[in-house]
Amino acid sequence: MSADKEVLLSVRHLKKYFNVGRGSILKAVDDVSLDIYKGETLGMVGESGCGKTTCGRTCIGLYDKTDGEVLYKGKDVHALSGRDRQAFKREVQMVFQDPYGSLDPRMTVADIVAEGIDIHGLCKTKQERQDKIFRCLEMVGLNREHANRFVHEFSGGQRQRIGIARALAVDPEFIVLDEPISALDVSIQAQVVNLLIQLQRQMGLTYLFVAHDLSMVKHISDRIAVLYLGTLVELAPSEELFANPLHPYTKALLSAIPVPDPEVEREREKKKIKLEGDVPSPINTPPGCRFKGRCKYHEGACDAQPPLTEVTPGHFVACPRALELAGTAR
Amino acid sequence: MAESPTILKVRDLRVSYHTYAGEVKAVRGVSFDVERGRAIAIVGESGCGKSVTAKAIMGLIKGPQGEIKQGSEILYNGENILDYTSKQWQAYRGDDCAIIFQDALAALNPTMRVGKQIMENLIAHRHMSKDEARAEAIEMLRRVGIPEPEKRFKQYPHQFSGGMRQRVMIAIAFACDPDLLICDEPTTALDVTIQSQILDIIKDLQREHNTSVIMITHDLGVVANIAQTIAVMYSGVIVERGTSEDIFYRARHPYTWALIESVPRLDLKNKQELASIPGMPPDLLNPPVGCPFSTRCKYCMAICKEKMPAFTDFGNGHTAACWLHHPMAPKVDMPDHDSPTTVAPATGAAPAATDGAPTEKEVSR
Repeated sequence: MSADKEVLLSVRHLKKYFNVGRGSILKAVDDVSLDIYKGETLGMVGESGCGKTTCGRTCIGLYDKTDGEVLYKGKDVHALSGRDRQAFKREVQMVFQDPYGSLDPRMTVADIVAEGIDIHGLCKTKQERQDKIFRCLEMVGLNREHANRFVHEFSGGQRQRIGIARALAVDPEFIVLDEPISALDVSIQAQVVNLLIQLQRQMGLTYLFVAHDLSMVKHISDRIAVLYLGTLVELAPSEELFANPLHPYTKALLSAIPVPDPEVEREREKKKIKLEGDVPSPINTPPGCRFKGRCKYHEGACDAQPPLTEVTPGHFVACPRALELAGTAR
Repeated sequence: MAESPTILKVRDLRVSYHTYAGEVKAVRGVSFDVERGRAIAIVGESGCGKSVTAKAIMGLIKGPQGEIKQGSEILYNGENILDYTSKQWQAYRGDDCAIIFQDALAALNPTMRVGKQIMENLIAHRHMSKDEARAEAIEMLRRVGIPEPEKRFKQYPHQFSGGMRQRVMIAIAFACDPDLLICDEPTTALDVTIQSQILDIIKDLQREHNTSVIMITHDLGVVANIAQTIAVMYSGVIVERGTSEDIFYRARHPYTWALIESVPRLDLKNKQELASIPGMPPDLLNPPVGCPFSTRCKYCMAICKEKMPAFTDFGNGHTAACWLHHPMAPKVDMPDHDSPTTVAPATGAAPAATDGAPTEKEVSR
């Protein structure tokens, strides 16, 4: 579908294992391959512990990879050095989940926003630096007066805006948003999401939006990748994924979203697909499809890791029975 | 114990916290009823006083910082629990009324085995022997869907996952078969799949034991399926109350409209602007004299800033506190949430009319 689009970030068979001691290995990301196109928003969803944050962080080189490669504009992210590395670190930014933990309480807002500017030497004069800071703050809906304040004076939503201003200060092209709204109130979430969409339109940014709130992810994303225990189980354009989910896990995930509408809820109640139990531990997982233990459709073919196959153009799914089950109501 | 249909009546509850910065009026006159065997949801953003209301009902407001103001009444089966002696409190908590907190890890004792924490309640309130309590606790663990309850019984809270811990909390809460259960954001920290499991358990147990539930949450989606009555709270006051159909389909308060619209609906077009509420909730150190929502309300009129609106009754227990329903107020188009296909931002054009100066004067007189 998107063959004509320019690939900005290409993830190839990425693996990230953590050694948790006593010979145990935690496979946080296990053989994930996907492309992120320029100007799009890729949503990455999954339950906690499915490796979505690790994947986001490994993609931009915050973690070393175990295997595979991540190509940003054709260059391997983990092998960059010198000038390339410097440029990469400017072009790629991150907004963190916890707006309380990710901002230094001892720095003023101006210094937080300007840190990247100073490191990359983007502003020659003090005046220029000042203007840039003000511009960034105004872009995210804060005032000039906020520049000399400290972080503790701000509410969660405002802090998240500061985090976004910090990311924008260095004119990035690609931003990894790691659950940027999950710590915020519903009404504030809408403000921040609106801001992100508006900034993307203005500046042509590319987002990797990591979240567990599916309705918000659907709203902001062009394509959605569903992760389960470190593996990519489904990848599709967001409309398509919600209209026609193929993987049993995606179906269960979608049917668990509560809908703020009592009548619709009562209707859905009858045909909900319910998952039993918790996500199993990602340590020393058995081979084969990671979902097979909780999947009521599993069969012999599930004992081998199912490959990600393109079912309809742009819609990838890793389940041997996906097509056969496609007729099942979600 | 008289079996009246109303188990709990909260009347003009006012709670303040005394801080160095001054008196924070966290709850400013909240009244609602809880019917026997039914669920009421209190919905609002953080800092609106919903958790403080829950704590007041459980008697967890601690002095000298916290103060329940004179004139507040919480009537449990007709008795004002605010006049209880500490002995009466002990009998009430756990036995008559139980609470499930948001953060189960913080609420459970990390140094005690999970089973013992469930047994504690059974021994204290139901005067069971240790062996009876053990059997009952294992049964409770099984009931809330914990696999291998005998083994889990002997484990510590840190060995449980988030969803499992919340199940343990539910087991503790239901151990003594309470008449009233308060759930304070029970699923906020959990994943959607686990959330729906936990809500199902609460719903099943509620039906089984005919428990009354007060569900406190900020997520309207959670509420839609569980509560018969919804109270929407904003900065320490209830602004609208009604059945869940009233709130979702026939809401009458601008804050409720905004709250419903700011949830992205699955039928909304991608990347369409979400209706957000500009600004932030007011500071409860000096709460506004008029309607607390007036600073963020797009229908705000002159009177809204001066006087707190009274409740207008729309029949069948549906009330809303908003000046828009005063006979002299200008008519505004209410957002129509009737059909699930309606796209939210249809209201965009309406406020222009209400901002007009002449109408403002008319109303403020």
